[in-house]
Amino acid sequence: MNLITREALLAFRRTRTLSILSVTTIAFALFVTGLFGLVALNMRTALRQVAERVQVVAFVKRDTPSQQVSAAMSDITVFPEVLDVQYVSETEALARAQRDLTEFQEVYKDLEVNPLPPSIELTLKPAFRTAASAAAVAERLKGFDFVDEVKYGQDWVQRLDTLRDIAGLIGLAVGFAFALVSMVIIGVTIRITVLQRAREIQIMRLVGATDWFIRGPFLVEGAIKGFLGGTLAVILCATVFGLFRSQKMGLGLGLQFFGAGQACLLLIFGVLLGFGGSLVSVGRHLRDESVTKGLRRTTDRVLATKPR
Amino acid sequence: MIRFTKVSKQYPTGNDAALHDISFHIGRADFVFLTGHSGAGKTTLLKLMYADERPTSGDVRVSGFAIGRLTRDEVPRLRRRLGVVFQDFRLLEDRTAAENVAFALEVTGARPDTIPSRVARVLDQVGLAMKAESMPRELSGGEQQRVAIARALVNDPPVLLADEPTGNLDERATRGVFQLLCDINAAGTVVVMATHDLDLVRAAGKRTLEIRDGRLVFDSAASA
Ligand SMILES: Nc1ncnc2c1ncn2[C@@H]1O[C@H](COP(=O)(O)OP(=O)(O)OP(=O)(O)O)[C@@H](O)[C@H]1O
Ligand SMILES: [Mg+2]
Repeated sequence: MNLITREALLAFRRTRTLSILSVTTIAFALFVTGLFGLVALNMRTALRQVAERVQVVAFVKRDTPSQQVSAAMSDITVFPEVLDVQYVSETEALARAQRDLTEFQEVYKDLEVNPLPPSIELTLKPAFRTAASAAAVAERLKGFDFVDEVKYGQDWVQRLDTLRDIAGLIGLAVGFAFALVSMVIIGVTIRITVLQRAREIQIMRLVGATDWFIRGPFLVEGAIKGFLGGTLAVILCATVFGLFRSQKMGLGLGLQFFGAGQACLLLIFGVLLGFGGSLVSVGRHLRDESVTKGLRRTTDRVLATKPR
Repeated sequence: MIRFTKVSKQYPTGNDAALHDISFHIGRADFVFLTGHSGAGKTTLLKLMYADERPTSGDVRVSGFAIGRLTRDEVPRLRRRLGVVFQDFRLLEDRTAAENVAFALEVTGARPDTIPSRVARVLDQVGLAMKAESMPRELSGGEQQRVAIARALVNDPPVLLADEPTGNLDERATRGVFQLLCDINAAGTVVVMATHDLDLVRAAGKRTLEIRDGRLVFDSAASA
C-alpha cells in the first residue's frame, strides 16, 4: 500500500540516527553470520577436495587370467558406490612408482623382476566417500578369489569422517546462535522505534485504524532495514574476503566467495529478520498498550502536560 | 445512543471497584456533562464508551455496539464512529494542523482524493481555516484543542467524547471550546464532556451526571 510505504519512509527520515543504528546492527550481525558462512563454505569445499582422493585399491594375485579380471571389473562397475574402475597393470604400477617415488628410482631401475602386483583402483561416488562405505566396498572386493589384499587408507578416511561431523555440528550451532542474536538485536532496535512512535500508534488506534494497518509501516520499515543491513553485510564480507585473499598467506589459493544464490540467501535472511523482529515488537506493543496508558490520574496528566 | 445497564468496573490492580452499578441512557442529540471529584471514575466511564476498557459486569452499548463483547477487529469500527478528545490534545508535534486532521482519515483508509476537501471543511468548522499549515507548537492551547476536535469530527461520528477538554485552557479559551462543542451538538452530534469546571456546568444548564466514588449519585435528567 502506497500510504504504508510513505509512512515507513517518513519514519525512516524522522528517526535517522536510530535507523542508521539499526541498519548497522543488522549489518553487523549478518556480517558475522556471513563470515561464518564463508568459513563453512570453504571448509566444505576443502573437505570435498580431500574426499575426492578416497580410493579403494584391490591388489590382484599374479598370474590371474586377464579375462577373469575384466569380467570382475564389469561386475564392480555396477556397485552402487562406485564411480570409476581402473585396471593398473604390473608395468604401469612400476612406471608410476619410478615416476612418483624419486628416492627409490635407482632401486626400481635395477630390478630384474617387477615386485609390484597389478591392481584395480576404484573411485567412489561423492556421497559414499566415507569410512563405512569404503570398508563395505573393500569387504565385497575381498570376496573375489583373485584379490590378494584391499587398501583404502582406513585411518585418514575415518578422520575425514570425524572432521566432517564436527564441522557440520559447529556450523549448525554457531549459525543458529548468530541468527538468534541478530533476531534479538533487531527486535530491540525496532522496539525502540515503536516506543519512539508510541504516540502515533496511540492516535491511530484512537481514530480507529486496524491493527494490520498500524503494523504495516513497521513491517515495511523492518524489511527495508533488513534488506539494507543484508546488502551492507554482503559488501563487508566481500571486502574482508578480498583483504584476506590479497594477503596470500598460502591459504589464498582456491578460496571461494558466495555464489549469487548464497548472497541472495543472506539478503532474504536479513529481510526476514527485519520483518520478524518488527512483527514481534509491534505485536507486543499492540497487546500491552491501551490507548490512554500513562495518562491515568490527574497527577500523571499534569506531568504529561507540557508547560506552555 | 449510549446505554449503561448495571455497569461495574474493577481494574485488575485496583483494590476497590472504579465504578459500581451504573445505569443511565443518553439519547440522540444529547449534550451531557460528567462531573465528580478527582478519582471519581469519569475517565473510566468514558474509556468504557470507546472500548479502551471493558466492563467487569453489566452492559455498555454505544451506537449499537456491545462493548463487553467487542472482538478485536470490531474495536476500530466502533472508534471510527466516535470522536474522542483529551485534556492534553494528543496532537502529533511534527505535523501541521491539517496533517494532524488528515492523519485520522489516512489511517482509516479514506479515499486519498477526498481527504484535502474534508480536512478543509472540518478545519473551517472549528474556526481554524487560517491556521491549517501551522505546527501545534505555533498554536495556542485553545487552537490546539480545536485541531484535536477537528480530528475527532473528520469522520462525521454520531458521538463525541471529551475528557476534560478545557482542563488546560484559560477562561476565554474554555468558553470558546465549549461554544464549539455546543455548536457541534446543535448540528446533531451527541457530546459527552467530563469536566471539573463547575462554573461552566452551572452556567450551561445542560444535563449533568455526577459520579462520586464510582457511583452515579445525580442525574439532572432523572430529577427533572
Ligand atoms: N488503569 C487503572 N488501573 C487501576 N486503577 C485505575 C486505573 N485507572 C483508573 N484507576 C482508578 O480508578 C478510579 C477512577 O479513576 P478515573 O481516572 O476514572 O477518575 P476521574 O474521575 O477521571 O479522575 P480525574 O478527575 O482525576 O481525572 C481511581 O481510583 C483510579 O485510581
Ligand atoms: Mg479523568
